[in-house]
Amino acid sequence: MTEYQTNAPTDAETIQDTVWEQEIAFIDSVPRWIAMTFVFVVFIGTWQLVTSFGLVSPIILPTPMETLKDMIFVGQNLATGGYMLVSLWITIQEVIYGFALAIAIGFSLGVLVGETAFGEKAVMPYLVAIDTMPKVAFAPLFVAWLGFGIESKVALAAFIATFPIVVGTAAGLHAADENARMLFKTMGASRMQTLIKMKLPTGLPQIFTGLKIGAVGVMAGAITGEFLGGGKGFGELIRVAASQLNTPRVFSLILYLSVVGLVLYLIVQWTQRRVVFWQKETVGSYDG
Amino acid sequence: MNTAVAHDYSGAPLGAPVYELTQVSKTYARNRVVALENVSLTLRKGSFTSVIGSSGCGKSTLLKIMAGLIPPTKGRVILQNQPVKGPRRDIGMMFQQATLFPWKTAVENIVLPIEIRDGKAAAKKAMDKAHELLEIVGLKGFENVYPNELSGGMAQRASICRMLITEPAVLLLDEPFSALDELSRDMMNMELQRICREQDATAFLVTHSIQEAVILSDDIVVMKPRPGRIAEVVSVDLPRPRTLEMMTTPKFGEIVDHIRGMLDKGEDM
Repeated sequence: MTEYQTNAPTDAETIQDTVWEQEIAFIDSVPRWIAMTFVFVVFIGTWQLVTSFGLVSPIILPTPMETLKDMIFVGQNLATGGYMLVSLWITIQEVIYGFALAIAIGFSLGVLVGETAFGEKAVMPYLVAIDTMPKVAFAPLFVAWLGFGIESKVALAAFIATFPIVVGTAAGLHAADENARMLFKTMGASRMQTLIKMKLPTGLPQIFTGLKIGAVGVMAGAITGEFLGGGKGFGELIRVAASQLNTPRVFSLILYLSVVGLVLYLIVQWTQRRVVFWQKETVGSYDG
Repeated sequence: MNTAVAHDYSGAPLGAPVYELTQVSKTYARNRVVALENVSLTLRKGSFTSVIGSSGCGKSTLLKIMAGLIPPTKGRVILQNQPVKGPRRDIGMMFQQATLFPWKTAVENIVLPIEIRDGKAAAKKAMDKAHELLEIVGLKGFENVYPNELSGGMAQRASICRMLITEPAVLLLDEPFSALDELSRDMMNMELQRICREQDATAFLVTHSIQEAVILSDDIVVMKPRPGRIAEVVSVDLPRPRTLEMMTTPKFGEIVDHIRGMLDKGEDM
């Protein structure tokens, strides 16, 4: 038998714990809400300073207070169902229809390109070519084809948002690994079964990434369409306010508009969390 | 032991030929590489056969032909008296990765082969059997867990169940535990042996590990590359059931040394 000697000290006084503080840099230890408030205060403070010292003309940049006052005015108009709400509703409709159209076309083209060799060889090159064009430049064409109404804005919004959805869907269909493909083959799965039961669910994270980028694009498309094609939407209100040098109004309209974009984005993100429940949360706006 | 699950899958008596390959060759037309040359092989009911060889010896080509994933250029491939001309439900296969789908629970993953072949209703009926299989591999209580919550070893156990659910006549195992750490791997190999014995399964294992091949197999097919062909079939006459302790016996060492010698010779060519 071996006798083991323990290294526990016999005398209680000799014990000295090896405890030490791990250093965390101050900037990494700030709680989120304090950090966010801090950035907000610095931003508004700088804004206030720049305007109150007359460094920038009020026509170019209104004071934070003026902007806030105008936001309250616009908010009241929206809340009481004024003309601004009518405009906002037009823009929201453009965004909804544009996004729905982009999803339908983008997803179909994505499946064609991602699933078939024909699509990859014959359709993808043209899609890439169109995607590299500045799509906003098509706005006058859409107006010529579809008129000054909501249709031309829907078309431009959908046109911009379609491409990321195509790319996301096609990339998603390529995401399944060799083992999964081989497994489906050994199970005697048809092409349709492989697509629906394996490739599409595997590719959902990429598809949703495409949808999120599309959601951002659809907003830009609707507003740009209104800038360039007239109509009665929110973009028109912004354009008119800017032409009257009513800068506080421009700012507050943009802020309300950003709420619409944010809501659309959050709807997509919420749907993603429900549908792709197995996906781990990652930091970042486009792949979360 | 559960008799409802552990019945005789192929219906053949133990020792009867289940899978027969005769003079099988495969030449890839594209680059005129001879991947396999005149491979003849018989898997008998209830036997465990391993194939081992350096990379490029054609063992994955052989496995793909046996799984009905690719056709041979020459030769006969007969499983249960029927030529293999594509994937079949009496062929079970397992891969290096568990390849469980994260949107399906453990049981849903296991009945997937039934769902693909016979539809959702049949898959639902197979649920009971999936539960029994999960119990056999020691995953009772994990039926409704999603794969993200399973460890690597547990995921491979579940994929064993998925392979067994269609009651295949032959199990094709493509380095099934090589992604696991060594401790889990030894344990899973012993589990595999137990399951194969309970089910009287006919198994065919592709591996890179000589020890793994020796501890599991009745016969070891040693292959040589360029062109891929059988160098020797080594019989392992260690008693069953095998235990991990046998790995330290002189006989085990002899067989391992012999195979290593064969493989080294192959490398010189």
